[in-house]
Amino acid sequence: MHHTIDVEHLSFRYPNRPAVLDDISFHIEAGERIALVGPNGAGKSTLMLHLNGILRAESGVIRLCGMELGDATLRAVRRAVGLVFQNPDDQLFSPTVFDDVAFGPIYQGCSPEEIRNRVRNALAAVHMETYIHRVSHHLSVGEKKRIAIATVLSMNPEILVLDEPTAGLDPQARRNFIRLLAELNQTMLVATHDLAFVKETCARTIILDSGRLAADGPTGKILADGNLLARHGLLSD
Amino acid sequence: MLLHDLKSVWMRHRPLWMGFGLTGVWLATTAMHIPDGFLSLVVALIFWALAILAIGYALSRVRGELKERQVPMMGILAAVIFAGQMLNFSVAGGTSGHLLGAALAAILIGPWPAVLIMTCVVSVQALIFQDGGLLALGANLFNMAVVGVFVAWGIYRLIRKITPDTRWSKLLAGFLAAWASIEIASLVAAIQLALSGTSPANVAIPAMAGIHAIIGLGEGLITIGALAFLMAVRPGLLDDKSAPGESRLVWIGGLAAAILLAVLSPLASAHPDGLEWVAEQTGFLDAAQGPAYEIIPDYVLPGISNEAAATILAGVVGVGIVLAAAWLVTRIRKSSAAG
Amino acid sequence: MHAHPFDPYVPTASPVHALDPRIKLALVLSFLLGVALTPHGAWAALILFFASLMAAVVLSGISPWRILRRSLIGLPFALAAFPLLFTTAGAEWFSFHAGSWTITATGEGLRRFLSIALKSWISVQAALLLSAATPFPDLLLALRAFRVPQLLVSVIGLMWRYLFVLADEAIRLMRARDARSGIEPGRRPGGGVIWRARVAGGMAGSLFVRGFDRADRVYAAMLARGYDGETRALPAPPVAPVQYAVLAAGCVWLALLILIGILVH
Ligand SMILES: Nc1ncnc2c1ncn2[C@@H]1O[C@H](COP(=O)(O)OP(=O)(O)OP(=O)(O)O)[C@@H](O)[C@H]1O
Ligand SMILES: [Mg+2]
Repeated sequence: MHHTIDVEHLSFRYPNRPAVLDDISFHIEAGERIALVGPNGAGKSTLMLHLNGILRAESGVIRLCGMELGDATLRAVRRAVGLVFQNPDDQLFSPTVFDDVAFGPIYQGCSPEEIRNRVRNALAAVHMETYIHRVSHHLSVGEKKRIAIATVLSMNPEILVLDEPTAGLDPQARRNFIRLLAELNQTMLVATHDLAFVKETCARTIILDSGRLAADGPTGKILADGNLLARHGLLSD
Repeated sequence: MLLHDLKSVWMRHRPLWMGFGLTGVWLATTAMHIPDGFLSLVVALIFWALAILAIGYALSRVRGELKERQVPMMGILAAVIFAGQMLNFSVAGGTSGHLLGAALAAILIGPWPAVLIMTCVVSVQALIFQDGGLLALGANLFNMAVVGVFVAWGIYRLIRKITPDTRWSKLLAGFLAAWASIEIASLVAAIQLALSGTSPANVAIPAMAGIHAIIGLGEGLITIGALAFLMAVRPGLLDDKSAPGESRLVWIGGLAAAILLAVLSPLASAHPDGLEWVAEQTGFLDAAQGPAYEIIPDYVLPGISNEAAATILAGVVGVGIVLAAAWLVTRIRKSSAAG
Repeated sequence: MHAHPFDPYVPTASPVHALDPRIKLALVLSFLLGVALTPHGAWAALILFFASLMAAVVLSGISPWRILRRSLIGLPFALAAFPLLFTTAGAEWFSFHAGSWTITATGEGLRRFLSIALKSWISVQAALLLSAATPFPDLLLALRAFRVPQLLVSVIGLMWRYLFVLADEAIRLMRARDARSGIEPGRRPGGGVIWRARVAGGMAGSLFVRGFDRADRVYAAMLARGYDGETRALPAPPVAPVQYAVLAAGCVWLALLILIGILVH
């Protein structure tokens, strides 16, 4: 199995805007956990939307699990890559938790029995089995974040792409959440501002600033480099 | 002198004015969502049929031109309109203006999706907030989701056609479209009430028209405010929403309906006999109840042919039913507590 | 878990809650139909309809006061039928003079007016019970069973999901406005009605902008999970035979009430 991510010379701009992503290249091995850090507006979310084919590169090549992203591979890529959005209220768009977690499998064409199984398993994986019939808008932020992960786990993805998973969580919920991520074994790319979380969870870190790749290396080395962090707005003082 | 005249006019028509005033209170509080019980079954069913036809056609149109993103767009805009209806502003004397939203929806995303959006809004209002009845939902859908949207669209397109393409043209068109959608939709509601024999045409129509001419101003002003805001931050949203070629029939149709109703309603209220005649014809439940029900022999229930006795008996039986339910509940509670 | 003030659902365990939502919707619609079919002035039948409904309320474990209190909101509409008192032909009940006019209220008119008000009141309570005893997602299932097109059901589902999010936003907007528009006691609020309306309009506009943006993000989230423009749902589970039996019994009872209404009338 090669659940890899390859990005080569990726550039992108929103209509009538300066480039948001400028010649980005990196390679992620199967099973790796990578943190994507950088100041607000660096282009992290934009990059992540590319990994699921929601935004299309202006130039450059993206390969996921060895498949080059294009019209022909779009469905397969979306099945293989679970993308969890920054705001769980955008991710959870169905009336109930069940409907939301079942959404992906329904569009994958699974049988009803299979769908129910997958929903149960995905919720079990995030320890939210008892929430299956709950209504999404009554959940706390931490619960929403967990369910948001379940909504992609139910699609059996090989790669997880998470946008700021720990934002807005209280310390206890954050701790539980970090533990939860450690239990999952997919290849993982996580955009975050939470350096403590990065230190604990990800072996490798990529710094993105103003659409450019500013650094890419072992987390320990990057987080130890105060100058580098300060230059990219990652230190608070 | 003038004052004296006014007073005598007032004295002479006092009951009528009082009737108007009372009706006004009702209109101001409940806008135009007709609850169950106020429409005769026939009128309710006829407007269900009309609403289903119109909405079904709108569905096929939207499906035909469905760009994928339209489902989330319609769902969220429906929620926006629902939430927007909560935004009120004080007018005077404790009353407040608020938004119905049919015009804004039509202007912002075109008439066919707007019909579907308003359909969802009005249905959910009936289903979970009891704003308007469920049997009467067909009529309410017809008034607010079909008539309201198409009148707004017709007026908006007309004003945009005959005025130069400026900011003011959009605002004026928006204002008039919003006002007319409220006014005309309320006229249809009044006609439905009159057709049902619930509210005499010569009271319902002028009262509805009068009050909603004022409520419509609020709708118009909010619509202007919203359009001005959107022009400032997202001018692209106000681009032409009509698909090329097809739209003429649609907006001219809406306009024609508006004019027809605007002309017809005063006529109907000046000659209430006409509507009442129709009411009697359609309201066969009232008119033909006697003969239809005489098929059933009236000796089936001997002993309770006396109406008063029957009513008292019903009261007793009713209390019995409720008590039985209460007893059942306590038994269920006990057994589940024990088990 | 915080229940939104908007959400009318009252979560209790009761036989009424346990009823299949499709059966519940069918029963409520039959009930409304039954009330509508009952002739004006058939008090005995209307009392029995009311009692049946109250029995269902008691069974549901929802406070009857809650239902009764909320049912009053529709009452002002009854004024629409008020003129019937004077315009219906029939035997004179009372009359009074206003200037040169003689206003005559008829017994027939009173009967019609009271019937309409009563029927409306009972109907509202049935709808109230339905929404209080059925979670909204279950109502969506019922709508699908009633052949409402899947596209509309999907739009309604999305609408309901974001209704609460956006209503909270609307409330925040109004709170922000009110916080900045304090007025000294005894002074009239500043700005004209037009200005106030435009402020409200601006807030509506900003709701629309947020709505459009959110729609884009939700669309992206749907695409990411394989959405292809088609609206799909799991097939609904079958209705249990017991539930059909309840429906049949309910319909027979309602038919009986209608019959009583006609016979006693
Ligand atoms: N839909 C859009 N249209 C136009 N510009 C956009 C759009 N979305 C994002 N941008 C712009 O692109 C740039 C990168 O945004 P992006 O959301 O990718 O940043 P980010 O790194 O995720 O920031 P944050 O840490 O705040 O989440 C920003 O300048 C933003 O204003
Ligand atoms: Mg971001």
